Amino acid sequence: MAEGHSHSPHLAHHFDSMEQQRESSSLGMWLFLAQEVMFFGGMFVAYAMYRFKYPEAFAVASGHLNIGWGAFNTAVLICSSLTMALAVRSAQLGDKKKIIQFLIATMLLAGVFLGVKGIEYTDKYHHHLVPGPSFEYTPDFDKYTVPVTAETAHPNFTGHVQLFYSFYFVMTGMHALHMVIGLGLMIWLIVKAKRNQFSTEYYAPVEMTGLYWHFVDIVWIYLFPLLYLVWRH
Amino acid sequence: MSEHGQPHISPLKTYYSVFGALMALTFVTVWVAFFDLGAFNILVAISIASFKAYVVVLYFMHVKYSPKIIGLTATAGFIWLLLMLALTVADFASRGWLPQGQPW
Repeated sequence: MAEGHSHSPHLAHHFDSMEQQRESSSLGMWLFLAQEVMFFGGMFVAYAMYRFKYPEAFAVASGHLNIGWGAFNTAVLICSSLTMALAVRSAQLGDKKKIIQFLIATMLLAGVFLGVKGIEYTDKYHHHLVPGPSFEYTPDFDKYTVPVTAETAHPNFTGHVQLFYSFYFVMTGMHALHMVIGLGLMIWLIVKAKRNQFSTEYYAPVEMTGLYWHFVDIVWIYLFPLLYLVWRH
Repeated sequence: MSEHGQPHISPLKTYYSVFGALMALTFVTVWVAFFDLGAFNILVAISIASFKAYVVVLYFMHVKYSPKIIGLTATAGFIWLLLMLALTVADFASRGWLPQGQPW
C-alpha cells in the first residue's frame, strides 16, 4: 500500500482488491455451509436408514404431526428467505433504511416460525409423544390406513414410533437452534447498519448472513416433506 | 461477478418469481402427498424439495452470478452428502449377503 493510491478503508491488508476480498468471504462462507450440509446430513442419513427399517412405525408416527402447521411454517420460512434476499439487495444498493426494514421483517417471520414450533412441541408434550420415560403411544391403524404387518405387530412397535419422534425433536430442534443463531446475527447487522458501517462496497456481513439464512431455509425445505408427509394418502 | 468486478444486483422481478415458484411447489408437494403413488411418493417429495433447494441456491444465494469456485464448493457439499448416503445404504442393504461366522 506504499504506492499511495487510495483504496477502500474496508479493504483488509492481505487482499489485493475489494473484489478479491468479497470473493474470499463468499468462498469461506460456502465452505462453512458445506460443513453444515455434513452436520445435518448425518442426521438425514440416520433418518433414512431407520425409515427404511421401520416404514410403518414412521408412517404412523408422522400421522400425528399437524400438516397444516408444517405447511404454514414452510410458507413463513420462504417469506423470510425473500425478505432476507431483499435485505441483501438493499445492502447492494446502499439503502440503509430498507436493510433495517427487511431485516426486521425477516426477524418477525422467524419469530412466527419459532412460535408455531413452540405450539407444536407443547402439543406433542401433552400427547406424551416426547421421547423418554413418559412416552406413550396407542396405535390407531384405522385412522392412518397403515396395513397390519409383521412390523406393526412387533412387540417394540411403540419404541420404533418413539424413534421417529427422537429424529423429529433432534432435527427440528437443531434447525430451530440455527434460526435462533440467525436472529442473533440479524440483531448484530441492524446495530451495524444503524451505525452506518455498511456501504455499497462493503456489506459482506449482510450477504453472508443471507447465505446462512437461505441454507437454514433449505434444511426446512427437506425436513417438511420428510417429517410431515410420510403417509398421507 | 460482472466484468468490472462489481457484484450482480438481481432485479426485484427475479426474487418475486423465485418466491412464487417456491410457494407453488410447497402447495404441490402437500397436494401430491395425498395420492397413493407407492414408492414414488418419497421420490416425488425429494425431487420437489431438491428443485426448491436448487432455485434457492441459484437465485437467492446468487450462485448463478458467482465465480465458478463458489458453485464448485456448493456442489462438493452436495456430492459428499450423496457419498455418505450411498456408502451407508450400500452397507445397510448388503448385510447378510455373506454367511457370517461367530463373532470373536
